[in-house]
Amino acid sequence: MPQDETMAVQSSSTQSSDRVLLEVRGLKMWFPITQGLILQRRVGDIRAVDGLDFFIRRGETLGLVGESGCGKSTTGRAILQLYRPTAGQVLFEGTDLTRLRGEALRRMRRRMQMIFQDPYASLNPRMTVGNIVGEPLEVHNIGKPEERRQRVQELLEVVGLNPYFVNRYPHEFSGGQRQRIGVARALAVNPDFIVCDEPISALDVSIQAQIINLLEELQDKFGLTYLFIAHDLSVVRHISDRVAVMYLGKIVELTTRDELYSNPLHPYTKALLSAVPIPDPVVEEKRQRIILEGDVPSPANPPSGCRFRTRCGLRMDICAEVEPEWRETAADHWVACHRV
Amino acid sequence: MGTLLQVKGLRTRFYTQDGVVNAVNGIDFSVDEGETLGIVGESGCGKSVSVLSVMRLIPQPPGRIVGGEVWFGGRDLLRVDEAEMRQVRGNKIAMVFQDPMTSLNPVLTINQQVSEALQLHLGMDKAQARKRAIELLEMVNIPRAADRIDDYPHQFSGGMRQRVMIAMGLSCSPQLLIADEPTTALDVTIQAQILDIVKRLKRELGMAIIWITHDLGVVAGLAERVIVMYAGYVIEHAEVKDLYADPRHPYTLGLLRSIPRLDAERKAKLTPIDGLPPDLIDMPPGCPFAPRCAYAIERCLVENPQLETVARRHQVACWVDVTSGRD
Ligand SMILES: Nc1ncnc2c1ncn2[C@@H]1O[C@H](COP(=O)(O)OP(=O)(O)OP(=O)(O)O)[C@@H](O)[C@H]1O
Ligand SMILES: Nc1ncnc2c1ncn2[C@@H]1O[C@H](COP(=O)(O)OP(=O)(O)OP(=O)(O)O)[C@@H](O)[C@H]1O
Ligand code: SF4
Ligand code: SF4
Ligand SMILES: [Mg+2]
Ligand SMILES: [Mg+2]
Repeated sequence: MPQDETMAVQSSSTQSSDRVLLEVRGLKMWFPITQGLILQRRVGDIRAVDGLDFFIRRGETLGLVGESGCGKSTTGRAILQLYRPTAGQVLFEGTDLTRLRGEALRRMRRRMQMIFQDPYASLNPRMTVGNIVGEPLEVHNIGKPEERRQRVQELLEVVGLNPYFVNRYPHEFSGGQRQRIGVARALAVNPDFIVCDEPISALDVSIQAQIINLLEELQDKFGLTYLFIAHDLSVVRHISDRVAVMYLGKIVELTTRDELYSNPLHPYTKALLSAVPIPDPVVEEKRQRIILEGDVPSPANPPSGCRFRTRCGLRMDICAEVEPEWRETAADHWVACHRV
Repeated sequence: MGTLLQVKGLRTRFYTQDGVVNAVNGIDFSVDEGETLGIVGESGCGKSVSVLSVMRLIPQPPGRIVGGEVWFGGRDLLRVDEAEMRQVRGNKIAMVFQDPMTSLNPVLTINQQVSEALQLHLGMDKAQARKRAIELLEMVNIPRAADRIDDYPHQFSGGMRQRVMIAMGLSCSPQLLIADEPTTALDVTIQAQILDIVKRLKRELGMAIIWITHDLGVVAGLAERVIVMYAGYVIEHAEVKDLYADPRHPYTLGLLRSIPRLDAERKAKLTPIDGLPPDLIDMPPGCPFAPRCAYAIERCLVENPQLETVARRHQVACWVDVTSGRD
């Protein structure tokens, strides 16, 4: 694809030299709630993702944080067209993926891969490591068998595994090693963009840092662009250039890593940051926490106006009536809140 | 303050098809009245098996407590009969588990489950038990407790279920609450709610707590003393401030260095601990951390160090003084 096609997707706020690789406009992913066994009637929708607007620059890592069920994985899957979005556009180098079908979509998919949370469930237990890592090459018809074998060995080496392991099965590996296998598989087809969906959550603390460092090294080496999904804010801050905070199907704040942690604007971001335990008893003793009331409402029936209002200590009357606008309050700092 | 629980030389093994799993390998620890002890370490290091052994809840077979003593209230719990042990469990020592869905019965209402313990251990009648159950739910901040008490567990969120478990644990005013990763499966804002409740209850009720977690942040905010476990051993024990300010075991040091901190300057690169924890069936001779340890010397490969006191209330199992060369 010619480079200058990327220019087409630059919105007013992105008129910098940084090029946008991916832009999401008005993305919605609703899952129908049905009733009745034979004649399934649609009685409502789970609004898992309900109108997202953001972009990811080439070579950057955008972190996506938020609590369980807020729609992070669904966002990643809808971007990759593993789910076909209910509404909105996903522009990859200016091409709207939601309009692609068949061969055209398959060709684009090759440039986008996913790494999953659970290194135990995401690898086929009956396939050898060599076949797991090489499968995407076969699917996309890349190389001759001998070249593929060669490539698989290279990939294992790149992710820090012994190439000698090609004929072993996933159960012979630890969690961290399995996650490396998943990373090797994602890299097989030379993608530009990888959705990392909680790639370290299932791993031990002492192993997490190994995988984070690996992902960072690979990014530098291959110029990868990441959407990094996680619920651990300390990790997200470490790995991301910019961070998006999601709540109940919406992004409520998005800004650069440093700005988010030094100058959070949205009440939910503030609460989330204050809830993260810090491994230092002296700091913990002095910390003031914002304890949120209650639980996250159901995405099948989100609150009117601002979705965070049922738990927000700063809510006003208008918060129940009018949905706060998603706007850029300062350069590269987006937020949706009536108080900001 | 008096010692409430004293564990000495506890050893627990599992006799499996693949071999003998050396899950807990002769550990010592104690808890004072009203104190919170944190137990940290990675998956499989023996945290749960240690406290399940204290409660005598190890599935047998394949498990067996093969040695040690657990002193509580003037007797060795490993040597009392099952009837006496039942009195201790739930009454004097309560336990909250990681996954509230597996420990709550899905076909009974919350009231039926919370009231049961009250009727069983405190001899309350149905109406008294219900009244007390509502109070307990209010104590752990369940909104509209009186209305919600007849709900079933699936009608509660994960955080609410965990709070119900804590309420049940507290129902008989135990002297010791053992909490095995009760917030690990929960979101941070919900975890913050629960930690807030636990800190308040501890102040109000004065009970002792053993809090198990792999999150060094949670322990920092909650515990007075901490033990760090690795491969079934206690490898470091210290007061919480000393553990973080002056960690002495290479594994503890490694853990603290490998986690990014929200409040600190961002590091260009994290410092991971290389390698993997050992196989508990086929343990290396020497120090269990030796294959991953940057400080290892020859002796480490052949001889396993015992916990030794290195400073006031600070014990470490390591042949090397990691502070030498520091100023
Ligand atoms: N295939 C599906 N069908 C119906 N509902 C779904 C489907 N996938 C997700 N959901 C619902 O959409 C919402 C968002 O789910 P999603 O998995 O995206 O959340 P998440 O932020 O990734 O959470 P977690 O941190 O737990 O992984 C949830 O309420 C979930 O139950
Ligand atoms: N029922 C069992 N049969 C065989 N082995 C067991 C059994 N229960 C525990 N083990 C083994 O004992 C060791 C210690 O397990 P334990 O559950 O105490 O770890 P843990 O520190 O609590 O880990 P986690 O953080 O994952 O909960 C592990 O190697 C585990 O595989
Ligand atoms: S819009 Fe209102 S309810 Fe929503 S976060 Fe802002 S102040 Fe709170
Ligand atoms: S005893 Fe040796 S191998 Fe073990 S932690 Fe100390 S220095 Fe490392
Ligand atoms: Mg998810
Ligand atoms: Mg455990």
